[in-house]
Amino acid sequence: MIAFENASAGYAERIALRGVSAVFEKGIVTGIVGPNGAGKTTLLRAALGLLPLMQGVIRIDGRPLPQWSREALARTIAYLPQGGEAHWPVLARDLVALGRLPHRDRDEGAIDAALQRADAAALAHRRTDELSAGERARVLFARALATQAPVLLADEPAAWLDPAHQLRLMALLREEAKRGTAVAVTLHDLALASRHCDALLVLHEGRVTSSGVPKAALSDETLASVFGIAAIRTADPAGGRALLIPWSLL
Amino acid sequence: MPPKTATTIALGLLALGCAALSFFLGPAHIAPASLCHGLFSGQGIDAVIAREIRLPRAALALVVGAALGASGAALQGLFRNPLASPDVTGVTSCAGLGAVVALYFGFAALTPALLPGFAILGALASAAALFVLSRKGVGVMALVLAGVAISSLATALTALALSFAANPYAMSEMVLWMMGSLKDRTLSDLAYAAPLVIVGVALLLSCGRGLDALTLGEEAAQSLGVDVGGLRARVVLGVAMATGAATAAAGAVSFVGLVVPHLLRPFYGHSPARLILPSAMGGALLVTAADIVVRTVDPSEQLRLGVVTAMIGAPFFFWLILRLRREA
Repeated sequence: MIAFENASAGYAERIALRGVSAVFEKGIVTGIVGPNGAGKTTLLRAALGLLPLMQGVIRIDGRPLPQWSREALARTIAYLPQGGEAHWPVLARDLVALGRLPHRDRDEGAIDAALQRADAAALAHRRTDELSAGERARVLFARALATQAPVLLADEPAAWLDPAHQLRLMALLREEAKRGTAVAVTLHDLALASRHCDALLVLHEGRVTSSGVPKAALSDETLASVFGIAAIRTADPAGGRALLIPWSLL
Repeated sequence: MPPKTATTIALGLLALGCAALSFFLGPAHIAPASLCHGLFSGQGIDAVIAREIRLPRAALALVVGAALGASGAALQGLFRNPLASPDVTGVTSCAGLGAVVALYFGFAALTPALLPGFAILGALASAAALFVLSRKGVGVMALVLAGVAISSLATALTALALSFAANPYAMSEMVLWMMGSLKDRTLSDLAYAAPLVIVGVALLLSCGRGLDALTLGEEAAQSLGVDVGGLRARVVLGVAMATGAATAAAGAVSFVGLVVPHLLRPFYGHSPARLILPSAMGGALLVTAADIVVRTVDPSEQLRLGVVTAMIGAPFFFWLILRLRREA
């Protein structure tokens, strides 16, 4: 769905992505992990066209990014920025309705469906400034779903959430992927990433260090060279998925 | 009819009602019927009073109020900050400076369009400074402090301009520019101000969708298809046109753009887009009412319009800062 081909991008002071090649597939949750400053957020911003490429190309549905109109792109990619905010104390339902802006309609059915899917239907008539962090995260997630875009990019959606809300959020992301959405999410929590993502992309200093299924992407060598840690590994008793718990500094 | 539309219509009707009251009120006691007759027939002394004194004043109050209310609502939406408004950010005082330069250095005598033109230029200059600030993303305090700096500079330059002016009475008119007034306005003031304000407010109304999206922050707004750079430019231009033309006609009428959107916001679900038109109506209502108060309290009209709006607005501003501090 989204393909990065040798993409480089950066800011005035520094280059943040160096020749990244990667794919976010339909129906899959792709986790993007890496230490602080590895280029995770920049990767998402580049896919949204918020940051021009210095080199390489990003294709969305096969078409290079510069050929997409602003509004067509907005209907195709829903973005949940880090530390989501609501600057005015609007009603949760009105906030979710903002997800319909790219369609220039206020499709109440789509808004209801988004609230349902994000487990936020009960919050619809609450003011956003009166919600807890977990509730607000669900409402903002519903806002992204209301766009009904085939791609969902989420930047650190699990930050600031307690474990129960983190698990709930990851389950919601998996459900979206099951509907055929290409989901890409940046995460700091390697245990969460290895447990809930179908594929991982490990970034380090703007480069892709490894990628693939979590077990392969987060090898002991990668953990050591990229994160500077060692991990305890175990298997998911239900599905046999390989799990890891970051354990010690090297 | 949704309750929000009803509220907006009620505000508009109230403003028109106040304008009618303002039209019938004046030092020359003329029966409303003869005033109306004079207005439509154009004959007799009543017609002169109706057409050249009362009508411009009542209509300008509506226009000036609408400009300030809509500008305040749009600026608050752009900065996502209830303290932003044309007066607090210094746009009004810079527009006043532009108008003073145009008036007292003979530019307005060359062609009348230069008066609002200079005021709009002044407003644009301060708006450009805000534009740079808003691009870098500033907090509430930085915005207010920048506004204080811009305002003081504009006020000082206005005083400087007036003291260098060839007109010996220029300095005594300082008060008019600082506090604003609708006294002795003519149809020609209305003729330039109204179209510019209408275009400016229309431009601001067209920004509603983007301002709503900004509720989610800049990056989310961009991901929703909003051209944030273009939006900023449109808001700044709309505010400069509306506030510039209003200030050229009436001087610096303060706090209308701050108070009105803030009071109306809860009635419109805190949506920046829905708030722009009602703020125009509410601004028109407030300025018209304040102008009636000015004339009723002091028929000799030494009292300026801006004195009344500031007496309502300044304590409100203080209260707002205290409340925002508590929340932060």
